[in-house]
Amino acid sequence: MADSDHIIDEFTKSEYKYGFVSDIESEAIPKGLTEDTIRLISAKKNEPDWLLEYRLEAFRIWQQMEEPEWAHVNYPAINYQDIVYFSQPKKKKLDSLDDVDPELLDTFNKLGISLEEQKMLSGVAVDAVLDSVSVKTTFSKTLEEKGIIFCSFSEAVQKHPDLVKKYLGSVVPKGDNYFAALNSAVFSDGSFCYIPKGVRSPVELSTYFRINAANTGQFERTLIIGDEASYVSYLEGCTAPRRDENQLHAAVVEIVALKDAEVKYSTVQNWYPGNSEGKGGIYNFVTKRGLAKGSNSKISWTQVETGSAVTWKYPSCVLLGDNSQGEFYSVAVTNNFQQADTGSKMIHIGRNTKSTIISKGISAGYSNNSYRGLVKMTPKATNSRNFSQCDSMLLGDKCGAHTFPYIKTYNKSSIVEHEATTSKISEDQLFYLQQRGIDEESAISLIVNGYAKEVLNKLPMEFAVEAQKLLSISLEGSVG
Amino acid sequence: MLTIKDLKVSIEDTVILNNLNLEVKAGEVHAIMGPNGTGKSTLASVIAGKDEFEVQEGSITYMGRNLLEMAVEERAREGIFLGFQYPVEIPGVSMTNFLRTSVNEIRKHKGLDKLPAADFIKLMNDKKKLVEVDSNMTNRSVNTGFSGGEKKKNEIFQMAMLDPRLSILDETDSGLDIDALKIVAHGVNALRREDNATILITHYQRLLDYIIPDKVHVIYDGRIVKSGGKELAIELEEKGYEWLKTHEKAL
Repeated sequence: MADSDHIIDEFTKSEYKYGFVSDIESEAIPKGLTEDTIRLISAKKNEPDWLLEYRLEAFRIWQQMEEPEWAHVNYPAINYQDIVYFSQPKKKKLDSLDDVDPELLDTFNKLGISLEEQKMLSGVAVDAVLDSVSVKTTFSKTLEEKGIIFCSFSEAVQKHPDLVKKYLGSVVPKGDNYFAALNSAVFSDGSFCYIPKGVRSPVELSTYFRINAANTGQFERTLIIGDEASYVSYLEGCTAPRRDENQLHAAVVEIVALKDAEVKYSTVQNWYPGNSEGKGGIYNFVTKRGLAKGSNSKISWTQVETGSAVTWKYPSCVLLGDNSQGEFYSVAVTNNFQQADTGSKMIHIGRNTKSTIISKGISAGYSNNSYRGLVKMTPKATNSRNFSQCDSMLLGDKCGAHTFPYIKTYNKSSIVEHEATTSKISEDQLFYLQQRGIDEESAISLIVNGYAKEVLNKLPMEFAVEAQKLLSISLEGSVG
Repeated sequence: MLTIKDLKVSIEDTVILNNLNLEVKAGEVHAIMGPNGTGKSTLASVIAGKDEFEVQEGSITYMGRNLLEMAVEERAREGIFLGFQYPVEIPGVSMTNFLRTSVNEIRKHKGLDKLPAADFIKLMNDKKKLVEVDSNMTNRSVNTGFSGGEKKKNEIFQMAMLDPRLSILDETDSGLDIDALKIVAHGVNALRREDNATILITHYQRLLDYIIPDKVHVIYDGRIVKSGGKELAIELEEKGYEWLKTHEKAL
């Protein structure tokens, strides 16, 4: 069995060992989804009436919709009445890292995750006087001085209702798609971020620094607003293995960039991918979309996807403002029986708009990795440009790589370029590196990281280093 | 250092090397010559450990150990270096990153710590000068977009970086113009020491104008049919490989 699976397996066992299941607090509501469930969720969160209405309307739309089947993925039917839509399961706090499974710690160390972060991720109670708290305080102060709002979504609903009301659903409407509608009806929590006019965020906004970021639940909702001429780089997720007892995850992320604003969104997704036989694992059905609303605005998505059993995710940009720009950089790794259908949509509406798509898929084991993308040049989007590059790399001969590019051009002055390659790590490349004293696993890691470099380079420095190691760990044992 | 005894090697039922014997001692440079398709490159691959070849009979002993039981990377870490006839391209992997990984793996095997970044850069700069490679080369991806000559020079550069005990240079001279050939030869000569050895596999005598071998072997039909000093190479050059075929028949 691959090392990484082994580690995750151990991790899973260890959670049960520490009484994960029996320890759920009684704040959960019964299974199933009705209007009453939604009223209850909204009431528990003490939400204003307009938000309850928003949820209920989304629910009504969702009920009329059918689950999409066009993605190149297979999974057993989901029983939506068998899901608990509101619960705040809290893991039993461990006393110290000594109580954490040593193999999990080993993975953390391989990834180079700091001790403090290790404690947070493995559910060890963090002492209030530790450094991280002061870091957080300094961090909050810096943001406050600049007028940047960075808090949980629930907090934003209470403290900044006008902003939430104005922008919620403005990029991903309630009825956008089946999973987005479901999320709009039952979303649990998530992040909210507002950068005021003319402000450049001096730090990268990482969910790691946001207190209470850990248990956002399975229906996460994120809203990021970059006001005129602002700049922010936002990091979501972390490279450590993440295990959740909820199988279905349907998140929505909305980004709005006003005139001259730039928003960079980077994420590493490492949810439990299931075991080496393809059992278990998270279904990750996410809608991520950015609206480059103002002229000269820019939205950039960078993602490293290594986890989840099934991934359905297309971070997109709607380029509404003239001269606006959209970027999508992605590395998606699938191993064992993982399935990923991921890509991007670039909708050009404004004049002289520009978009870039760089997608690097890596398939190993029995997995299937699909790129699906849409580039649309509307009639008004004159003199616009897109460049797409979709590369696939295969490890072994039992996996699949697929590319589904859709290109729709409705004006004559725009240029759309699409390049695609498929490669295999050749025996000759491996032999060459081994002949220089590098073992097979390290050789594969070197080749894969070289292949994905263009995308990894787009990640913030610290994240990039971890992501490189993560790629190697995800592919451990995939050859030979 | 290296002792090959009665070696029989085949690939998919075709015997390529048969009854091959060779002894290489520290401080020596051996040239292995012969016409195309006689098994020269196979010999190099078998010593390096490429697994597509099946060793049916015989033994290879390296530094007193059974070489055939060692993994490819272990052979490399123990000081065996193969200069490839056709170096592969590895897109996206910079020469610097590749060499740093390689150097450190070998150091780890020897029980040494990783080479500090500054020392590594100094080592690279020194070796670049030695083999006269373009200083920009180390920023490029391994062999990617390199010209034929650059690829060959790059092999010698790697050899200089890794400081092997036994180097096997497989047709490193082929496809080189005279200037590049001189640079390659200069590199090999500069690295020549009492405690290391080199096997030059070559089709032409030309390389031996610049690197003087201690021994010359002629391989034909999967085995060494004639061994001698450097004068053997000259004789071959004059008489051609046809002479060898008659010679072979006469044996």
